[in-house]
Amino acid sequence: MSSGFRPGPGGGVIAAFDAAEVSILRSLVSQTLGLIEPGETGDDPLERALGIGPSEQSADPVLARLFPSAYEDSDSAAEFRRYTEATLREGKRADARVMLDSAVPGRSTLTPEQAQAWMRALNDVRLTLGTRLEVTEEIHDEIAGMPEDDPRYPVYVTYDWLTYLQDTLVRALW
Amino acid sequence: MEAERPSIDVRPDRPWVTVVWNDPVNLMSYVTYVFQTVFGYSRQKAEKLMLDVHHKGRAVVSSGTREEMERDVQVMHSYGLWATLQHDS
Repeated sequence: MSSGFRPGPGGGVIAAFDAAEVSILRSLVSQTLGLIEPGETGDDPLERALGIGPSEQSADPVLARLFPSAYEDSDSAAEFRRYTEATLREGKRADARVMLDSAVPGRSTLTPEQAQAWMRALNDVRLTLGTRLEVTEEIHDEIAGMPEDDPRYPVYVTYDWLTYLQDTLVRALW
Repeated sequence: MEAERPSIDVRPDRPWVTVVWNDPVNLMSYVTYVFQTVFGYSRQKAEKLMLDVHHKGRAVVSSGTREEMERDVQVMHSYGLWATLQHDS
């Protein structure tokens, strides 16, 4: 099991992953990327060209969590979303692609910029998984008390591993 | 009102605030790191705000004009934090 990230040269980070771990990471990031794409935009071609996006929060809890409303007032929230969600989606897609491009088996060194993209992309994957699993703040204790033949066990352990990876990445960048 | 208010400079000319809400996924270390790097806060101040979010369910993390707070909320969302802005009436 990967021991996570540690500080690397020039403000970057170093990590080592085996082929199975890279496969899991790539699969999860691809799934999140698939959810973020295609990036819904308005039906109007001009709005699409201007990058004006949807005004409604998604009915999918994962997308609602990745792209939350900025205002409690629904009119202000819709207006804000129209002009910002497309940009937010593009940023998340870019982070996910950086992670896909640089997740390789063996020892890898990430630049500070790549490390930042990994940090955000890993978090998006955890938000995606955590929302689907409806995790609570007691998740770590729940996993510790869960029998290994519980059908949820593998995905919960994966979630816990991602949490560990992200925590080591944050601490390596600090 | 909330006890976190005095730590944030809310003046009449900075009438909007960015609020970060608690959620079960974002890590305490990550949230602290984001507050430090995005807002330039000291580790101590970033940790206090993170703990306010964690224990009280929300914290005001910045204040300013509406445009500034819209930018802050957008940055929070790019990091996956759950943030909203509101007029500090």
